[in-house]
Amino acid sequence: MPLFNEEQQNQLRQERSRWENTTLAKTLAHKPERQSQFITTSSVPVRRLYTPLDIADSDYRRDLGMPGEYPYTRGVHSTMYRGKLWTMRMFAGFGTAEETNQRYKYLLSQGNMGLSVAFDMPTLYGYDSDAPEALGEFGKCGVAVSSLADMETLFDGIPMGEVSTSMTINSPAAILWAMYIVAAEKQGFPRQQQRGTIQNDILKEYIAQKEFLFPPTPSMRLVTDTIEFGAREMPQWNTISISGYHIREAGATAVQELAFTLADGFAYVEAALERGLDIDEFAPRLSFFFNAHNDLFEEIAKFRAARRIWARAMREKYAAKNPRSWLLRTHAQTAGVSLTTHQPENNIVRVAIQALAAILGGTQSLHTNSMDEALALPSEKAVTIALRTQQILAHESGVANTIDPLAGSYYVEQFTNQMEEAANDIFRRIAGFGGVIPAIEAGFFQREIADAAYQYQMEIDTHQRTIVGSNDYVDDEPIAIPLLKMDPAGYDRQIARLQRVRAERDHSAVQKALADLSNCARGTDNLMPPIIAAVRAYATLGEITNVFRHVFGEYHEPAYF
Amino acid sequence: MKRKIRVLVAKPGLDGHDRGAKVVARALRDAGFEVIYTGIRQTPAMIAEAALQEDVDVVGLSILSGAHMVLAPKVKQALNEQGMDDVLILLGGIIPDEDVPTLQAMGIKGVFGPGTPTPQIVKFILQELAEPVT
Repeated sequence: MPLFNEEQQNQLRQERSRWENTTLAKTLAHKPERQSQFITTSSVPVRRLYTPLDIADSDYRRDLGMPGEYPYTRGVHSTMYRGKLWTMRMFAGFGTAEETNQRYKYLLSQGNMGLSVAFDMPTLYGYDSDAPEALGEFGKCGVAVSSLADMETLFDGIPMGEVSTSMTINSPAAILWAMYIVAAEKQGFPRQQQRGTIQNDILKEYIAQKEFLFPPTPSMRLVTDTIEFGAREMPQWNTISISGYHIREAGATAVQELAFTLADGFAYVEAALERGLDIDEFAPRLSFFFNAHNDLFEEIAKFRAARRIWARAMREKYAAKNPRSWLLRTHAQTAGVSLTTHQPENNIVRVAIQALAAILGGTQSLHTNSMDEALALPSEKAVTIALRTQQILAHESGVANTIDPLAGSYYVEQFTNQMEEAANDIFRRIAGFGGVIPAIEAGFFQREIADAAYQYQMEIDTHQRTIVGSNDYVDDEPIAIPLLKMDPAGYDRQIARLQRVRAERDHSAVQKALADLSNCARGTDNLMPPIIAAVRAYATLGEITNVFRHVFGEYHEPAYF
Repeated sequence: MKRKIRVLVAKPGLDGHDRGAKVVARALRDAGFEVIYTGIRQTPAMIAEAALQEDVDVVGLSILSGAHMVLAPKVKQALNEQGMDDVLILLGGIIPDEDVPTLQAMGIKGVFGPGTPTPQIVKFILQELAEPVT
């Protein structure tokens, strides 16, 4: 089903030349364009005009299809937001489990539809709150969870079988997931009923976010163990959220984000296949997470291309039979890196545009950043405005009324095609290294990202790129928004709880659980059951991670700049 | 001939957000400085040791996790213990305005938030080190 036949294309070609030689030429003769070149946020040149000639090779059925059908360019559901709005899922966490529990209850009372846990730095690195390495970091970037007791407090009064919860946790993902599973079971919700996501994407840690602990091989084993365990025991849980968000925040361009993320996805698929799992047994539980940056059309094209590339690879390359295995379901978050410290109120507008891009791109869930996030963790006021932004888009803007409304835009369709081609080129380069892990070890991703980040900064420094309120339209007004203040007594309360847990638990049970875990880590059995047993015995995050540090060793990266 | 200004760019603490540190490191190098980047997850002692070994004029810290009020003074203290009291210390990252006077009083002379143009950092270093470097 070609979109335009030969004759239509010829006529249009003539029409375009005529316009270029007459109307356009006349205008340019007396009024040149504002810039010699127009580029996207990712520095991709944009042409003056797009016409059907730019998508003349496209085929409707092959490249677009119908919503809810292969290749899913137009969306993963047949009714999209007419059937169900995206899940408004605000990422939150700070200080103690008590403080964050209050924030979750507030967000749920305001129309937030799913929870998303931000852990603090020590938790992300598998340290207990009182570890020397945790100095100064407690509760700063998220909530501290050092044991099952903290997880129970975090969800106190929140029915864990009724709400879906996403947890941004990677190196120690299996441990925090085990804490969630046990806490939910103790609330009376069996595993089959628990819904949520663990990020669990270790490859992008080496590539961009840098919260790695162990070398790639044991890390991939942990990921594959969780995928396998999820496939067997947790039918409603997304065992991985293959994430481009952090790759983009670290400086990658849109197409690098797209290609690196999908390449990571293929690597996880291949690891699970190697384990002997059937593709259709686990692929439906793989999920994704992309950034929504400033450039509206570039972002929309990225989301659409992502679905099409994934569907094609899953069906054609990996021979998945179940259509659910072909679906790229994704979460999106607006671009933290785009927020300015100066004139922070302007960030509300940026976030609205970025959120619009994610929605027009067909995301399944969305976090909108708060205006104050270049200054501190979000205040309640700021987070409420961010959530309201989504609600205004959902209920007032009209964008949720029809499916994939930008399909057929010559620009968006051309950009979608261009994204797919550029991503395929990057896949070939990665294959040239022998795959994602060898490319990480060669520093390929890290260098590509550092180069792109530097280019972006130079464009700002030389005023080729305007950032309103930052390098242009600057004023000296002091920042006048109230920032979040954390409970100064929180740290002491956290340490007291941790010490109580260590004092009151059954010590021999903890020792046995840790010994069993260590034995399992040295072998090849799935690690989830012994992790769950250790967590249930109130072994702490630090104790469990130390077993792994001891058996698996630690990873250190070469530093590029 | 005057030797090149030597800068250590370091990331203390657990924070892995290294975009800013790397961009600044490269911009300083392109401005003609000799730049050494420590990589992530450095303790204050490791940073002071590297500063001493590399005989740097400037230590630039990058902290986006909010731990700057604990970590930056610890780095300053570690540098003092190495006898590097006069090294110029800069800090970049997510730093609330209200923390800046305290940090400056502790001897963190330059504090740069998100959105700082890199030439501003170069200029600051050149001004602060205006006395001839030997």
